[in-house]
Parts: sequence; structure tokens; C-alpha cells
Amino acid sequence: MVIDQLIAFFDTHLIMLYLLLFTIILGFEIIAKVPTVLHTPLMSGANAISGVVIIGGILLVKQAAANDWILLIGGALAIVLGTINVVGGFAVTDRMLEMFKKKQK
Amino acid sequence: MLGAVINLSYLIGALAFVWGLRGLSSPVTARRGNRQAAFGMGLAILATLLTPNAEGNGNLIWILGAIAVGGGIGWRAARKVEMTSMPQLVSIFNGLGGACAVVLAGLELQRITGGAQAATGSEMVILLLTLFIGGVAFTGSILAYLKLDGKIWDEKVTLPQHSLINAIFLLGLIVFMVFLCWQSASLTLAVLIIFTVLTLIYGFSFVAPIGGADMPVVISLLNSFTGLSAAAAGLIYNNQIMLVGGILVGASGTILTVLMCQAMNRSLLNVLIGGFSAKGGGSKAGDTGDQTVVEVGLADLAVQLYYSDKVMLVPGYGLAVAQAQKACKELDELLEGNQVEVKYAIHPVAGRMPGHMNVLLAEVDIPYSKLLDLEEANAELKDTDVVIVVGANDVVNPSAEDDPSSSIYGMPVLQVWNAKQVIVLKRSMRPGYAGIQNPLFFHEKTKMLFGDAKDSLTKLVGEVKNQ
Repeated sequence: MVIDQLIAFFDTHLIMLYLLLFTIILGFEIIAKVPTVLHTPLMSGANAISGVVIIGGILLVKQAAANDWILLIGGALAIVLGTINVVGGFAVTDRMLEMFKKKQK
Repeated sequence: MLGAVINLSYLIGALAFVWGLRGLSSPVTARRGNRQAAFGMGLAILATLLTPNAEGNGNLIWILGAIAVGGGIGWRAARKVEMTSMPQLVSIFNGLGGACAVVLAGLELQRITGGAQAATGSEMVILLLTLFIGGVAFTGSILAYLKLDGKIWDEKVTLPQHSLINAIFLLGLIVFMVFLCWQSASLTLAVLIIFTVLTLIYGFSFVAPIGGADMPVVISLLNSFTGLSAAAAGLIYNNQIMLVGGILVGASGTILTVLMCQAMNRSLLNVLIGGFSAKGGGSKAGDTGDQTVVEVGLADLAVQLYYSDKVMLVPGYGLAVAQAQKACKELDELLEGNQVEVKYAIHPVAGRMPGHMNVLLAEVDIPYSKLLDLEEANAELKDTDVVIVVGANDVVNPSAEDDPSSSIYGMPVLQVWNAKQVIVLKRSMRPGYAGIQNPLFFHEKTKMLFGDAKDSLTKLVGEVKNQ
């Protein structure tokens, strides 16, 4: 029954399924050959991208009723956590890469 | 019209992620790539904010306030952190991303328990998966942070038969999830809370047996988990950019994890069950027999370095702990000034994060051309006069090559013993993070220099100056 529903879900969201599979292949292809020197910045930059989950937080809070305190406070918490990940992640990666650049002069 | 603009913004944002990640995989374009990805994220957030709402103002005050608070904290942390603490910071950021997914999935599930809306089985599957993967990434990263920061020692959090317990735990959670999907009406608030707590405990338990040189692997793996949880959350909201961003991170994190495992010549499964622990057999810490170590005097060493043709430094986690990278650079400059060739041998898993040593050496402007990878270094070690091992241990352990009973047997290591002389800078005779004895210390070519790495190197610089 659950399986049927899952299949039905992917049938109605077929584009999402295409996107899912193509992106997996794309992700593997992009990263397959990375020099060791970039492992840390790559990981930390990718980590910042995974903070994209805050979009969900924003959508959740937007749709919440103005007196639904659980959703408002919980959603705001999710946004705070996600934004720390996003802003901190990109900023710290930039700081690391700045050092690599300085050296090339 | 606005709807089309918003959808196009998401598309551009997703493309920016792809381009950014591609840029990040080459040294020349890395910084631009990171900024492209950041731009994509900014655009996506803006588009989400502008999405029209069915009713009300969409609680914009709450959203903007939360972004301001989170952005402020993240920015400050990123600006203030020492380069040596980078693995800890990346772990924490990663954990927070996972926590964000947990809160989201939890809130959506709580709506279902309230009966406000009915859930289909497929929604339940996706929500529970988001909660589960995000939860493991969250508490797993927090434990990784505590371990990296030296706040928790491995033995304290590992139970006997820990990997067996973990396997049963995981199986139990999967059965729990299947049951909840099958009987979605049984999801009351209490059941939801129990499931969440169990998931969070499992995250701790998952990382508990992993330590030592395996930390870079587990950090990279947890990073890919956070990506997957973001992607699953994207399915909940039917949002393409969340799916694309999350999957890209999941896929790239997986590749990086596999690369790390290959560097150690071990399988991911072997890493996850904590194969690097001292229980693996072989000669254990403290099992020194009647062997003795030879210490070297600073003045002798200074003379020796001064008249060498080629010196190679092998940095490890000890260099990061002692913050000795500046002292390294000073010694490097001094020796280069006297026509001594100075190189650095970087083992793929040296330090506690993939590429950890490269970041530290870049911080003090040591040119990229001086850093050798494993194969290059092993080829050049044969005609190296002096090797200085700065706070590395397991990556220069000859047991990996000649002791089949050792738990690191088969891992490619730096063959420093092929050089004419090996100097090991170490705080004490304590074994490395992996808890395995290192026969290198008793090797006929080896001399020890005890003390804090930064302290020893600074003194050494002083002695070389006197020559």
C-alpha cells in the first residue's frame, strides 16, 4: 500500500524524479577529480549549499497562521539554524580560499 | 508574472550551485565558485521571500528577524575562528544544517498528529526520512565536534560490541519507520517525540566508535547526509532548488568520502565499524618491549639541517594543535636561504579533515609547489637527507607495511624510513590518536625531539640562526 503510494507520488512528481537522478549523476561527475588541496574548501562550500534547507523553513513560516506559535517559533528556529550554516559556511570558505589566492602572487 | 520570475530565480540559483561546485574543484576558480554558489543561495532566498502568500503578510517579521540573527552568528563565527579549528567549525555548521531539517520535518509531522491535515504514505516516508537523516547528521556532527575539540575521548563513548549495537539500533529504527508509514494513524505526538529522540541518540551512537585518522571520512560522510536531508525536505515542499542543492552535496560528499577511504585502502564499512581502534590487534600502545628511543640535541640537529641538501617536513594533527605552522615557515625560509631544499609531504588523511594540512600551510604562505602528495613524497624520500615529522604518527607507521596483525596494515603510508635520517617531534611517547604503537620511533635512523611542536621548532629556528 505504501509502495503503491510511493509509486503514485513519483508518477505525479515525475519531473522531480528526473531532476533527482540527473543531479546525482551531475554531482558525481563534477567532483570526481579534485586535488587534495581543495578538499577542505570544497567540503565546507558544499556544506554551505546544504543549508538550502532554510528555504523550507521560510516557506513553513510564510504559510503559518499568525497565531500558530508552535510553527512560528519552530520555523524561526529552523531559519536561524539554517542561516548560520549558509552564511557561516560561505564566509569561512571564502576566508580559506583567500589564503590560497594570496600565495599565488 | 511574479510567479515566473520566482521560478526563473530558482532555476538560476540551481545553476549557480552547479557552476559554483564545479569552480570549487579547481584551484584557480575556487574562490569565484564559492561566491557563485553564495549568490545562487541569496537569489533563492530572495525568491522565496517574494513568493506571494494566500493570506496575511507571510509573517515576514519572523523570517527576516531569524535570518538576521542566524546570519550574524554565522558571520561572526566564520570571521573569528582560528584556521587550526576549522574541522570543528565545519562540523558544527554541518550539524546545524541537519538540525534545521529535523525541526522542519518535526513541525510538519506535528501538524499531521494534530489531525490538521491527513498524510499519505509517501509523505510519511519522506518526512520520516528527512527527520532521520537530518537527525543523524545533527547529533553525529555534534559528537564529531566534541571529539575533534578534545572534549570527549573515544573510550568514554564506546560500549563493548558497539558496532553490533549500532546495527541492531539501526534495524530497529527502520522497522519503527516502516510501521509508522504503514499505520500513519498511530503517529501521536508522544510517538513522534520518542522517534525523534531515538534518532538523535542513534546519531551519537553512529559516530561514537569512529576516531583517529577516520575523522576526515566521517565528517565528509555527515556532510553528505545533511545534503540528503535537505534534498528530502525539497520533496516535501516540492521545491526544485532544495532538491538540486541537497543532492549535489549528497553526491559530492559521497565521492569525497570514497576518496578518503581509498587513500587509506579501506572500505567505508570498515571505517564505520571503527576498524581503526586499538582493539584491532597488533602491537599495542605501551607495548614497547625492551626497545629504546634516541633523543637528539637541538644544536646537533640545527647543524645537521644547515648542511643538508634536502629536508622534508611531514605535518600531522600535532602541528595543528600546537599552531606550529608559522614556526615551520620560519625554519623553511632560513634553510632555503642556505640553499637547502625544503619540501612538505602531505598524507591524504593527515589531520582531522580532508585537506587539513594544506589549509594550515597555505595560511602561512608556503607555496603549493612545495607540497608533495603521497606518491611524489615517497619517490623523493629516498634522496632526502633529513625528514622532520611534526606531530604526525599513524601516517608514518611502518607497521602498515610489514605487520599484518596491525589494524592499519595495508594503509598506504609515507615511507620516511627511506630517508637518511628521521627526526620525530612529539610531545611525549604517548601513541597517536589510533592508539597503535609506532615502530618508527625505535628505528635505527630515528631520533626523537620531545616537546610542544611549536616550541621545539621555534628553538630550532634560533639554533639554526646561530650557525
